Amino acid sequence: MLDSNKQTGFTAMATRLNKLRSAMPVSLNIDLAPGSKLATLMRAWLLSLVGLIVFALLWQGAANNIDTSLGKFPGPQEVLEQSKNLYSEYQRDQQNERDFFARQEARNADRLASDPDADVSIRPYTGRPTFVDQIGTSLLTVAFGFVIAMIVAIPLGIFCGLSQAVYSAINPIVQIFKPVSPLAWLPLVTMVVSALYVTESTLFSKSFITSGVTVALCCLWPTVINTTVGVAGVDKDLINVSRVIRLPPLQHVKKIVLPSAIPMIFTGMRLSLATGWMVLIAAEMLAQSPGLGKFIWDEFQNGSSDSMGRIMVAVLVIGILGFILDKLMLMVQRYVSWDKTNTLR
Amino acid sequence: MQNYLELSNVGIEFKTNNVPFKALDQVNLKVSKGEYISLIGHSGCGKSTILNIVAGLYQATEGGVILEGRQVDSPSPDRAVVFQNHALLPWLTVYDNVALAVKQVFKGKKSRAEMHDWITHNLELVHMTDARDKRPHEISGGMKQRVGIARGLAMEPKVLLMDEPFGALDALTRAHLQEEVMRIHATLNNTVIMITHDVDEAVLLSDKIVMMTVGPSATIGEVLHVELPRPRDRLALAKDADYNNYRQAVLRFLYDGHQATH
Repeated sequence: MLDSNKQTGFTAMATRLNKLRSAMPVSLNIDLAPGSKLATLMRAWLLSLVGLIVFALLWQGAANNIDTSLGKFPGPQEVLEQSKNLYSEYQRDQQNERDFFARQEARNADRLASDPDADVSIRPYTGRPTFVDQIGTSLLTVAFGFVIAMIVAIPLGIFCGLSQAVYSAINPIVQIFKPVSPLAWLPLVTMVVSALYVTESTLFSKSFITSGVTVALCCLWPTVINTTVGVAGVDKDLINVSRVIRLPPLQHVKKIVLPSAIPMIFTGMRLSLATGWMVLIAAEMLAQSPGLGKFIWDEFQNGSSDSMGRIMVAVLVIGILGFILDKLMLMVQRYVSWDKTNTLR
Repeated sequence: MQNYLELSNVGIEFKTNNVPFKALDQVNLKVSKGEYISLIGHSGCGKSTILNIVAGLYQATEGGVILEGRQVDSPSPDRAVVFQNHALLPWLTVYDNVALAVKQVFKGKKSRAEMHDWITHNLELVHMTDARDKRPHEISGGMKQRVGIARGLAMEPKVLLMDEPFGALDALTRAHLQEEVMRIHATLNNTVIMITHDVDEAVLLSDKIVMMTVGPSATIGEVLHVELPRPRDRLALAKDADYNNYRQAVLRFLYDGHQATH
């Protein structure tokens, strides 16, 4: 039983709470009832967390039982440690770079002070690329290859979808080159790039172009195929509307075909980007061009007791970046798509 | 004014898997300006094929279509089509759907302001001004069909072709839209060819009902002139003897001897 004093205290608190609640903006009205949006979201998060924890435990268990010549297979603990190491290596390198430029500047200033006509030179920093640098290179390379591929693939797909004749002409080529592994292309691309890409400019290195072109060759096809299907599948009635009002070809593509085919084009682009990302790592490993692939290969050749842990970090980073790239494409698709109600996954 | 639109000896043959199939044979029809024509017949008898030939979307393999003294050989806004499933572009608003056609058809003939007024005028004609900024998925089936009709009318066609325009609508909405079409036809006095399955609709709206025989090699079986005075009122007509005679004539044609063989 509550005595009256306590009860008034309780009611007072309740009133105060209610006042506080009504003062809160509506958006803070949190609904945790089962089936509500937030509850479903939290449930989903919780389940993913459970999945991750179970995976980590299984991984740890398995890792403890795998012995290799380089020691035990790295478990989550080891990977966490190595990722910290890799990051501090990056920070150390950044510091080195700053120090290097500071020293250089001081030296140059000194020489200029003693002799205003001195020929001072500014040299670039030549540290070994760190893990973070390699990530940057890989992302840049995949972006380069992907953009080239899309510039070719989307118009090609539109032509194939619009014209049965073009489709019949191009389809065999697509079907033949689609299953070709990047590693088969790589030697050829390397030779061609070395022969054709002769320039003084240091903007793009040869290895960058080689990996980029290999990526492009492999990630062309999903977009070509999906764009073709999307364009060929435009509603017949809408095409008839376009014919009745006599839209010129370019307008027809812009106003009728592209909006209709956007979902399929994006499906193709997402598949392409995923393929490109996978191809890139393999290309970098084989071509010894800078990037995550080379990082893995170098660690493998290095063969220290940390190597496997460091490779595992790279594996996870590759996976996470691939995931993020796909999400980015999805965001672009949401932005471009006219049908905002459509759930995209 | 006579023979505004003429179909003479129109026939068409389709090839499916290299097997020729004659869908239409010897179709002859004369339409005067301002006439409202209904095409009625069993499913698959080639009504839509005739409409598509007049629209220029199909090419007749025999004979031809002449509109105002000129042969029809390709699609044109002259012969606007209202499609059965509205065929609105889902990514454009009601206004933009009509605007797409208007901007294309009147490019260089109307100024921007004139085009805007013309689009608005046509939306008013079908009572869709309030929903002008809505997308097709946000409006009902009847409203979509209204927009489809507005788009057709906005092309200022010589002939408006309607392919079962009310086929996908519920009875009440259909009745309502029929009234609208009668009102618009009375105002604009445009030439209309409409495909329908509905005997009442055909009698209520048309000046001429063109009854098709069953394919293959379908052709026009009979043409019924509906000489009911306009404006027509569906409730008053329900008891009208002439109206019921027309209805029975169409029904008799459809159910006597011209039934689908399957």
